[in-house]
Amino acid sequence: MPIEVNGKTFETDEEGYLANINDWEPGVAEVMSKEDDLELTDEHWDIINFLREYYEEYQIAPAVRVLTKAVGKKMGKDKGNSKYLYGLFPYGPAKQACRYAGLPKPTGCV
Amino acid sequence: MAKADFEVPELQQYPEIPAVEPGVMAHSSPFKSKPQFQADLGFPGELVDDWQKKALDKMGDLLSRYRSLRVYLDSCVKCGSCTDKCHYYLGTHDPKNMPVGRQDLMRKVYRRHFTLAGRLFPKLVGAEDLTEEVLGDWYSYYHQCSQCRRCSVFCPYGIDTAEISMAAREIMDHIGVGQKYCNEIIGKVYKIGNNLGLPGPALADTLEGLEEDVFDDTGVEVKYPLDQEGAEILLVTPSADFFAEPHVDGLIGYGKVFHEAGVSWTLSSHASEAANFGMFIGSYENMRRVALRIREAAIKLGVKRIVFGECGHAWRVAYSFLNTLAGPWDFLDQRYPIPQHICEFTYGLIQEGKLNLDKSRNDDMVLTYHDSCNVARASRMGDRPGGQFDIPRAIIRATCNHFYDMDEETIRDRTFCCGGGGGLLTDDLMEVRVKGAQPRVEALNNVIQEKGVTHMAAICAICKSQFTKVLPYYGMDLDQIVSVHQLVSNALVLTGEETEDEDEAADEAA
Repeated sequence: MPIEVNGKTFETDEEGYLANINDWEPGVAEVMSKEDDLELTDEHWDIINFLREYYEEYQIAPAVRVLTKAVGKKMGKDKGNSKYLYGLFPYGPAKQACRYAGLPKPTGCV
Repeated sequence: MAKADFEVPELQQYPEIPAVEPGVMAHSSPFKSKPQFQADLGFPGELVDDWQKKALDKMGDLLSRYRSLRVYLDSCVKCGSCTDKCHYYLGTHDPKNMPVGRQDLMRKVYRRHFTLAGRLFPKLVGAEDLTEEVLGDWYSYYHQCSQCRRCSVFCPYGIDTAEISMAAREIMDHIGVGQKYCNEIIGKVYKIGNNLGLPGPALADTLEGLEEDVFDDTGVEVKYPLDQEGAEILLVTPSADFFAEPHVDGLIGYGKVFHEAGVSWTLSSHASEAANFGMFIGSYENMRRVALRIREAAIKLGVKRIVFGECGHAWRVAYSFLNTLAGPWDFLDQRYPIPQHICEFTYGLIQEGKLNLDKSRNDDMVLTYHDSCNVARASRMGDRPGGQFDIPRAIIRATCNHFYDMDEETIRDRTFCCGGGGGLLTDDLMEVRVKGAQPRVEALNNVIQEKGVTHMAAICAICKSQFTKVLPYYGMDLDQIVSVHQLVSNALVLTGEETEDEDEAADEAA
């Protein structure tokens, strides 16, 4: 189902992930999060931005441990765990944060 | 946390056999594979024109290749033993999720076209044509089977519904009706080397991070080597071990065990996946292609042994089929099992007294153990029958002070599937996953109530991911599922490790 962002149309797949990662703009995350009744704070944006940077370098979303470690380094050790991430993104970092960041969904036994 | 748009089953103290509710799960079916994913596997991109004929041709081909399939389709006497044994029936109440109901979806077509009585008097023998409606039922209900084989344990003829499900999926793939989750993933293994699509550099970065973490925790330089030629052991593990929790805690444990054993080992970026989804879709050709990557990596790296990490169906493929799929393995060291399970490896060291294990480090947990279906019912470990049940438990007992088994009707060869196996571990099947988990979660809940169990250990990546997702639907925490080698990792005192007591002593001395 395509989504509308600032008058532009973005293609998504069956599960709501952006069809083309290069199309992404911050408004995509805003619109997607509104549909989930979630308000994006700076903490959310830190995660989304990290995901995009990591993807640009490695062509894959970061492993959960890589992500929690990066968060821990930047924002303090008490936040470097998956509980903190689930607090921000209740549907999970992969399902929700990757989707907002325009990344494809991680596949496999995860 | 988890929001359901379906009714989550209530957990009972004693299992209840539900009354049938015909058709309640007819709406459940996974996303269809896209043409490009089909093409990667050598299947037609979409439903072919003469699909009925092609499907029957394929069924005939499979019947001639697999004698077992014909025996399973012929021998059912409708005794009813299997009816209340499938977790998907118990959780959904749909009679087509009774093993016999699921088998009959194919059996009626088989009878119509491959038996004399069915050709002449179809109505008398319950024979039916392969109509569009029947195909729809196949797609729906053969993707509500996790191929766990529990029903086969109770069938007096040993009919294995898993093989019928696999055959059905293979037939559907050949007429262009594939499942997105499985087929996209197999394509990623061919292109990148693993189910996740984790490229070499990301893998190296992740492993480097683990080395740092273990060093920070213990002060010991434990290595997690990648593509190291000349290493003795090639570790083949599910890519979820690099990516997800609690899987990665298990991987950390494997590395510590290898370190303490003093053997050289390596992972491979070419064979960075133990899982073999070729089995789920019943495709011998794809299963073989995935398995051959392990052979290629073993030869290129010049290893002498192959060890598999914690992955259920990978171990079935490895233990039961690896030799015929990708053998002969005459270039490996014949003094060791080919392949060997990481649990066998660790258990051997424990028996030799080579691991210094401090059980009290796991005292914050009371454990139970979930037998993963493919390990329990389709493989073995060690040199004694039942080793696949006893060895993981022996490891848990050697690393933890508090361990209780769940109800005996739900463990060992009678174990209930986690509800996410067989290619169903995908969000578009969340309803059947949550409902199918009910029998297992019910048994878990009972040991939580009666014995104070806090965590359940498993040796399968699918089980771990499935429970992480479904336990919250039942009011439990996502981190109540742990890896067996996570327990080993916690308890193992590494040679030269800085322990807290020593730190304190050093602080005091200063």
